[in-house]
Amino acid sequence: METVLGFTGISVALLIGLGALGTAIGFGLLGGKFLESAARQPELVPMLQVKMFIVAGLLDAITMIGVGIGLYMLFANPLAALLPN
Amino acid sequence: MVAESQQMTSQSYIEHHLTNLTSTSSDGGWIFHLDSLFFSISLGVLFLWLFYSVAKKSTTGVPGKLQCLVELIVEFVDKSVKESYHGKSQLIAPLALTIFVWVFLMNLMDLIPVDWLPQLAHAVGIEYLKVVPSTDLNITFSLSLGVFALVIFYSLKVKGPVGFIKELTLSPFNHWLFIPVNFILESVTLLAKPVSLGLRLFGNMYAGELIFILIALMYSADWMIGLLGIGLHVGWAIFHILVITLQAFIFMMLTIVYLSMAHEDH
Repeated sequence: METVLGFTGISVALLIGLGALGTAIGFGLLGGKFLESAARQPELVPMLQVKMFIVAGLLDAITMIGVGIGLYMLFANPLAALLPN
Repeated sequence: MVAESQQMTSQSYIEHHLTNLTSTSSDGGWIFHLDSLFFSISLGVLFLWLFYSVAKKSTTGVPGKLQCLVELIVEFVDKSVKESYHGKSQLIAPLALTIFVWVFLMNLMDLIPVDWLPQLAHAVGIEYLKVVPSTDLNITFSLSLGVFALVIFYSLKVKGPVGFIKELTLSPFNHWLFIPVNFILESVTLLAKPVSLGLRLFGNMYAGELIFILIALMYSADWMIGLLGIGLHVGWAIFHILVITLQAFIFMMLTIVYLSMAHEDH
């Protein structure tokens, strides 16, 4: 039982942490490119901003899936429910 | 729930707020989440009734505030559709408008403080109530599967079944030897669309609601922690306004992009 709970804790931490790491790097690259092109062509900023939000939504997707699964495992652990007591 | 809050642990409080009002058929084959169904259907009816009544009373003179708001939303959706889709379908813009406003209204239910509606329901005798339909995986997946069905329908209609199969099997590498490789790659791309569309909305909303529940836990401690809880609650709610609108917008944009990709024929 303790093994299952311990491993659940570690797996939730990995899910949320690695997702946050990837998303942070991705958003940093995305924002950097956006700022560069905004400085290069300021008249395109509204259009580029809309497209930036669209790509930001795509970046966030897998991370949010990971966070959702992680929080579900933390608060309503299906693995602990499989144990025989 | 107020009466038994002394015996309730924080774990059971969280679990209580994460449980849907479920109704199971007699053989266990059908499981209905009555609260998600109720809120999603009533919000859809509210959206339809509101926009219909504004459209009927619309004037070309000086518009009222409600008509201004509705026009703002319709023009925004129209502009988004025109940017991405260059064909002639009559379906895509109303579909995009419906998806945007409906998903936004469903997400907006998340801003109501966690305990209010469940406590009202408990006074009437309803044990569990989850008020945000988009935190229910069934709702988000039914939206994305609807979009997926439309994508397949329009792909078959515009490209024909032969063209559709050709696109699936001859796509990155245009040689008959590579048909299995192409098929695996293209089918993963095709199947990732509805799965990611549904799970993205679910993950964002579920995580947001869970953090609201965790902050609401702080109100049951002493007054200092409760004050800190109010601060956290306001801060997270303001951030969540951005997330709500952004997720509805992304769902709409991806629907438009997928449908325009299904319409294009080379």
